[in-house]
Amino acid sequence: MSLTISDVERVAKLARLELSASEGAATVTQLNGILAFVEQLQAVDTTGIEPMTHAVELVQRLRPDFVGETDHRAAFQAIAPETELGLYLVPKVIE
Amino acid sequence: MSMLINGYEVVIGLETHAQLQTQSKIFSGASIAFGAAPNVQACAVDIALPGVLPVLNREAVVCAIKFGLAVGATIAPRSIFARKHYFYPDLPKGYQISQFEAPVVSGGGLDCQVGAGDTAIRKHVRLTRAHLEEDAGKSLHEDFHGRTGIDLNRAGTPLLEIVTEPDMRSSAEAVAYARALHALVRWIGICDGNMQEGSFRCDANVSVRRPGAELGTRREIKNLNSFRFLQQAVDYEIEWQINELEEGRAIQQATVLFDPDTGETRAMRSKEDAHDYRYFPDPDLLPLAISPEWIASVKSGLPELPQSLRHRLVTEYGLSDYDAAILTAQREMADFFLRAVTIAGSTNAKSLANWLQGEVAARLNREEREFDKVPISPEQLAGLVLRIADQTISNSIGRKVFDALWQHSGDSADEIIEKQGFRQITDSVAVERLIDEVLAANVKSVEEFRAGKEKAFNALVGQVMKATKGTANPQQVNALLLAKLKE
Repeated sequence: MSLTISDVERVAKLARLELSASEGAATVTQLNGILAFVEQLQAVDTTGIEPMTHAVELVQRLRPDFVGETDHRAAFQAIAPETELGLYLVPKVIE
Repeated sequence: MSMLINGYEVVIGLETHAQLQTQSKIFSGASIAFGAAPNVQACAVDIALPGVLPVLNREAVVCAIKFGLAVGATIAPRSIFARKHYFYPDLPKGYQISQFEAPVVSGGGLDCQVGAGDTAIRKHVRLTRAHLEEDAGKSLHEDFHGRTGIDLNRAGTPLLEIVTEPDMRSSAEAVAYARALHALVRWIGICDGNMQEGSFRCDANVSVRRPGAELGTRREIKNLNSFRFLQQAVDYEIEWQINELEEGRAIQQATVLFDPDTGETRAMRSKEDAHDYRYFPDPDLLPLAISPEWIASVKSGLPELPQSLRHRLVTEYGLSDYDAAILTAQREMADFFLRAVTIAGSTNAKSLANWLQGEVAARLNREEREFDKVPISPEQLAGLVLRIADQTISNSIGRKVFDALWQHSGDSADEIIEKQGFRQITDSVAVERLIDEVLAANVKSVEEFRAGKEKAFNALVGQVMKATKGTANPQQVNALLLAKLKE
């Protein structure tokens, strides 16, 4: 399996990344290198082996259901570009 | 059962977001209380400041386990959280933490009742899965001089997304399932079910096909927050899709919104690749492990489920299936009934069921109140039913006592009966004396009756009842009066 420039452009668009023509071409080469490595890994027989979902062999620690956070809106909004009536303002979103 | 519309079979699956009844968010310690000022309940984790990490709320997992147990599903010993990516300003991380390959709950099913009374049918809807995820914030599009305002209080609120198989064949079935699910999540106490506040909202996947054909292309109606809108939206969508096919146009997969003002659905501006969410396991969260011991301890704390109680109401209390279905539609009503019936005894079960479905339901409806706001107690209603059963008062006086109980007072039924002199006169000597007085004062009616006018008799009964202020037993008055007139 190998990627083309249009695959890379599509993924870049989904991830909101802007790639110049030379960056795009370089990315195709790099990603194809990674995929070639993955292909080597896929040659290994993994029958009966549980897929690894995390690099650490631990399970999730849980938090008691307790409201421990207090209001820091003023501090957070001091670094926001634009706010009004406690809301963060962003360019108009049209649906 | 096949119900065809213009020769088409309708196929519906529902995805429901139930907001879980926790104190804090699913991955942070911020409050989820409704109605706070904008952004005061949005902490550093919720607004995705750099360097923050999510920590899973134990209670949200407990809610998911409860649900899995209640629908007979499999609860995964290990499940994983995934990132679902899309860009929208009310999702500050650029992804929603959800579950993808390994959800916490899979399988199971829910029985629901379609229609009412004699024509009602039982319908089983299979569940595909239920998974934990976080809610997004809210966008306010008006009044900010061309800008959109973002409130992130809701961001990170715990949700259980419950997904069905495409098992429903009409809008009525979809509504019946949604109502049964709504009742169940409230019953087991994992969701308050408040649809106006968005605590319980449905997305409906609708398609149509010729019977036996492959599934048609579906369109997804988003964010239906009332049962009525669900019904209207699905009905409109079915008609629209059939019409498109009849006109020779193919259905395009789309996400649509329902406009309650026009009763129509319309496609959202379809974004290219909008469904390409690039899921991958969230490296910030380790796998969630749920032990059999944990499941067992949650199970021991679950209330009796509606299905089981419903069966018990029929077998132990001799109620009809219909009565049992109504009493178990809401946990509050079922609990009320069970407390009342332990006082009034199972011989009065049917009478209690009648009061609950009749007077109580009608008044709550008139006053637009939910059952949890019912102003009378099970003890009071049981007391009333007992006094009617032992003929201390008649049914019609019973209604007056009920009125008094409803209006105010922590008085018991007995106290009201005593205070207002409602005790039924069963002393026949006293009743006969009153009858004599009435006959003496209504000579004309007596003559009319003797001349063969049946109506005159009813008028006389009415007069006697009035003289006793309604406290006489009508059957006794009838019998005594008839005997007197035939003397």
